[in-house]
Amino acid sequence: MSMINYASREINCKIVYYGPGLGVKTTNLEHVYGKVSPDTRGKLISLATETERTLFFDFLPVDLGTIRGFKTRFHLYTVPGQVYYNASRKLILKGVDGIVFVADSQIERMEANQEAMQNLYDNMSEYGYDLTRMPFVIQYNKRDLPNAAPIRDLQSALNPGWEISDPSRMRVTANPFRSGENLVEQLQTGEWVEHAPYFDAVAVTGEGVFDTLKAVSKLVLKSLA
Amino acid sequence: MPVGAASWSFTEDDFGAITKSLERFLFDSNARCALLVDRSGQLVATVGEQPKFDPTAFATLTAADFSANDQLAKLIGENDFNSLFHQGEKESMYLADIARRVILVVLFDNRTTLGLVRLKMKATVDELSKFFEEVFKRGANDASKPNILAGADDEIDKLFQ
Repeated sequence: MSMINYASREINCKIVYYGPGLGVKTTNLEHVYGKVSPDTRGKLISLATETERTLFFDFLPVDLGTIRGFKTRFHLYTVPGQVYYNASRKLILKGVDGIVFVADSQIERMEANQEAMQNLYDNMSEYGYDLTRMPFVIQYNKRDLPNAAPIRDLQSALNPGWEISDPSRMRVTANPFRSGENLVEQLQTGEWVEHAPYFDAVAVTGEGVFDTLKAVSKLVLKSLA
Repeated sequence: MPVGAASWSFTEDDFGAITKSLERFLFDSNARCALLVDRSGQLVATVGEQPKFDPTAFATLTAADFSANDQLAKLIGENDFNSLFHQGEKESMYLADIARRVILVVLFDNRTTLGLVRLKMKATVDELSKFFEEVFKRGANDASKPNILAGADDEIDKLFQ
């Protein structure tokens, strides 16, 4: 639920990092925290267990610049990935403006990724939000590991594309984040599908972290324009 | 189905009206400070003594606190808890729901009592609830305020170059 505050001249938006446990969602926020200038970010709040698993959420506010005299403030949240924390995970989605799904590329985590993706769809629709119509990007993480699945396999498991029913959107749309690929395309079977933009990442070294954040923030601001 | 969470906007006149209402409440109740936080965790306004803590973090935790308690209420068969009270040795806080979209947080110390704060808060909650229902009905873009981001695609692109 973005809030435009004309009194303090701020646009406030909420972005949630979602995904399976141990999938480096918190690492994404820690990297952003470490890299941006202290004037443009607030405190990193972490509600975690003693073993550093996120219990409720992590939170980091960042300013990404000024548009038309309004400061753009993004509130970044992560959710706990462990399956049994669903109640608290769902609460964090309240009022979300943009989602980053942080997938773990390791072959053996494929099932955990799919389960988390299904859980995201379910929790969003319980709030009455349509994930397929809002700013949503996928980050394939841990690309540096030897057991990382090929992007092609991850895409077909997690981002096969959702069917488009609105005729006005049935036109080939290039992926602005990857040349030579399309976000909207027609399958050989004739149906039109749309994919979410995706990014390769190694969050522990910071690779892909800002590309993902920039992409989702831009999509959120464009959805308000 | 709506696409996602609705946007809303908040004008300087809104801010003036809220400030006036909360200042009156703080005077009557002798509480130190009142904060308004929206349910998604964004700070809307702070009135009274400026808090010494990080208000952004405080707002986020407040919204999470309220959401978690809403779920606890449902588990015991209540629709929600429309107010919460946290008692400390010197400082206490009282939280109340406003129109299901905003939370009023009042910080007070031993210069006043919980009873007085609660008593004086009731009228303020009613007044602010009516006020915010109007604000939300208006949405993010009422006719008198053109969408500030309309046609800003190029500027948005530049911001992320």
